[in-house]
Amino acid sequence: MLRFIVRRLLQLIPTLGGLSILLFVWLQRLPGGPEYALLPDDATAEQRAMLRRSLGLDEPVMVQYLAFLRRIVQGDLGTSLQTGRPVLDEFFLRFPATFELAVTAMLIAVTIGLPLGYLAARRRGTALDFAAVGGSLLGICTPVFFLAFILKVVFAERLGLFPSAFRLSPGISRTDITGFVVLDGMMTREWDVVWDAVAHLALPGLALASIPLAVITRMTRASVLEVMGEDYVRTANAKGLHRGTVRTRHVLRNALLPVVTAVGLLAGSLFAGAVLTESVFAFPGIGSFVYIATQERDYPVLTGFILLIATMYVLINLLVDISYSLLDPRVRAQ
Amino acid sequence: MPTTPSSQNPSESPETQGAEDTMTEEKVPFHKRKAAKVDRLAELMGDRSDGGHGAGIWREAFARMRRSPMAITGAIIVAVFLLVALFSPLIAPYSPTSQAWGSEVFPNRNEFVGPRAENWLGLDHLGRDMFSRMVIGARQTLMVGVVATLVGFLFGALLGGVAGACSVLGGRWGRQVDNAIMRVIDMMLALPALLLAVTVAALIGPSLTTVMIAVGVAQIPIFARLLRGAMISQGNREYVLAAQAMGVRNHKIALTHILPNSMGPVIVQSTLTLATAIIDAAALSYLGLGNPNANFPEWGTMLSEAQRFLSSAPSLAVYPALGIIITALGFTLLGESLREALDPKLRK
Repeated sequence: MLRFIVRRLLQLIPTLGGLSILLFVWLQRLPGGPEYALLPDDATAEQRAMLRRSLGLDEPVMVQYLAFLRRIVQGDLGTSLQTGRPVLDEFFLRFPATFELAVTAMLIAVTIGLPLGYLAARRRGTALDFAAVGGSLLGICTPVFFLAFILKVVFAERLGLFPSAFRLSPGISRTDITGFVVLDGMMTREWDVVWDAVAHLALPGLALASIPLAVITRMTRASVLEVMGEDYVRTANAKGLHRGTVRTRHVLRNALLPVVTAVGLLAGSLFAGAVLTESVFAFPGIGSFVYIATQERDYPVLTGFILLIATMYVLINLLVDISYSLLDPRVRAQ
Repeated sequence: MPTTPSSQNPSESPETQGAEDTMTEEKVPFHKRKAAKVDRLAELMGDRSDGGHGAGIWREAFARMRRSPMAITGAIIVAVFLLVALFSPLIAPYSPTSQAWGSEVFPNRNEFVGPRAENWLGLDHLGRDMFSRMVIGARQTLMVGVVATLVGFLFGALLGGVAGACSVLGGRWGRQVDNAIMRVIDMMLALPALLLAVTVAALIGPSLTTVMIAVGVAQIPIFARLLRGAMISQGNREYVLAAQAMGVRNHKIALTHILPNSMGPVIVQSTLTLATAIIDAAALSYLGLGNPNANFPEWGTMLSEAQRFLSSAPSLAVYPALGIIITALGFTLLGESLREALDPKLRK
């Protein structure tokens, strides 16, 4: 087990190394070079030359790349051009918000998608099955930001059921412990804060959940259908096992394995999908900051955040692999 | 040295391949598992081609698709979309950029013009005919989808084809080339597609070309994986051995024997990618990485433009959104039913 984890961690190095090269080339290719991004437009040629020297931009490319890599490894991802604060600080300031949003989306997707997919498979060919399959196809084909806008206009602006922006209502006071609003609220028993935060999470969470929900429903359905056709399920039924036992112990347990993998893959991509959802709801997380950074051409933030999101994506999937090997005895035996 | 699932396969007989595949699927790292799923499609289709029942695999699949309501719906949607896109200059009653009714629309006063006899879908926020913009936009949207898919297809097929050919025919040296190419592909696969597209788009600046390239680049690893997997599963077949025994040159075996037999899964994927490309292009437009000239009618750009008026004139956003959703649905239905028709496991 330990060897497996260590080997997987070592495999991260070439991936992240390659990504760092990509981002480095990107920074090099900026119109006019990085000094144009840092200096005002009316700076003189001497000022530019001086900045180039002080940034080490007159060194050979290889030396520059190694310096870039050293800074990254030391946790120095540069400073945001908008706020002037270190990129790493900006990231961790916004991480809890996006994390809460991603967890909400995943909860919605799993609690609806799993039962729906299972029922659709059990009642194959019925109206329920048709609705589940059609709905999930529709979910995959709807642009996330459009769905987010529709939810916002209908449920927040027209019906007024949910707040339309931010993490908390203005004027609500809360004790900050971890940065996770819901968790803090529960720890300090400020239930009004918890309720308010959950209400703010509902609509963006639902929008972000649309694609994972569609994928989980379809995967569960396909997987359950496949397992229900297996010989061991027929054997279990034939030897007179209780129907519920067959369904839970034989069908569900085996059918869920590929779904777990899908959940992991989807969890990682939620952080990328958050870019589209958060900006619609002005949700102060990683995604809306990336959105602003693309508008403002804040390159240090873009490169840094992309590197961090990719790292997280890869790490989440490592966790999924580990949990997977715990779930499946065949992997454990190996 | 960890091996990818399909690079182990050449040594396996076709009978054990299926079982081996499900086992490896659980042990390999995540991005390879994503890859393994792609490879499965490649193999399934590869296994079918020697059925020997007279009727070709494609003919059988089309016969099956004719009975599937999913496939028919998809085909009709795609056909209508293609017709509208191809003949859009003939269909559109007005110029999509002319602000002929500009004096009737006041977005700042929430005054919009809905559907009426001369403007079937009403006017947009600058007083342009919405129907004409939708029709001409279909053509642009089709172009974005097709070019993005072509970028992914061409570069992906090139990388995957070289990797597959090297792995099958290149001996030890070839397997090293295959390994090196696949490392790069797996790295690309390790990034969420949208993030990859945003990175590329930010790299080359906002334009419609950017969107097409960025969305296409994000599809490269999938195409590469697919073609390589299909080629490797074809590489074990007797006809390859026969060609080798007859002294046919390696590059000729790869190009004229293996490649044509490996294109099935890639064609299926192209259909599905057209849908993803149109949706992803809309997302990039929304992020401000699309065409900076909003005059130009393209559904993604129109949709992101119209978001500003969503609460006062929702139809401005709903038309392009419906266009995107229905078109993507059409391509997805067609692609999925084609895949089902070709997958022996799902055939019941």
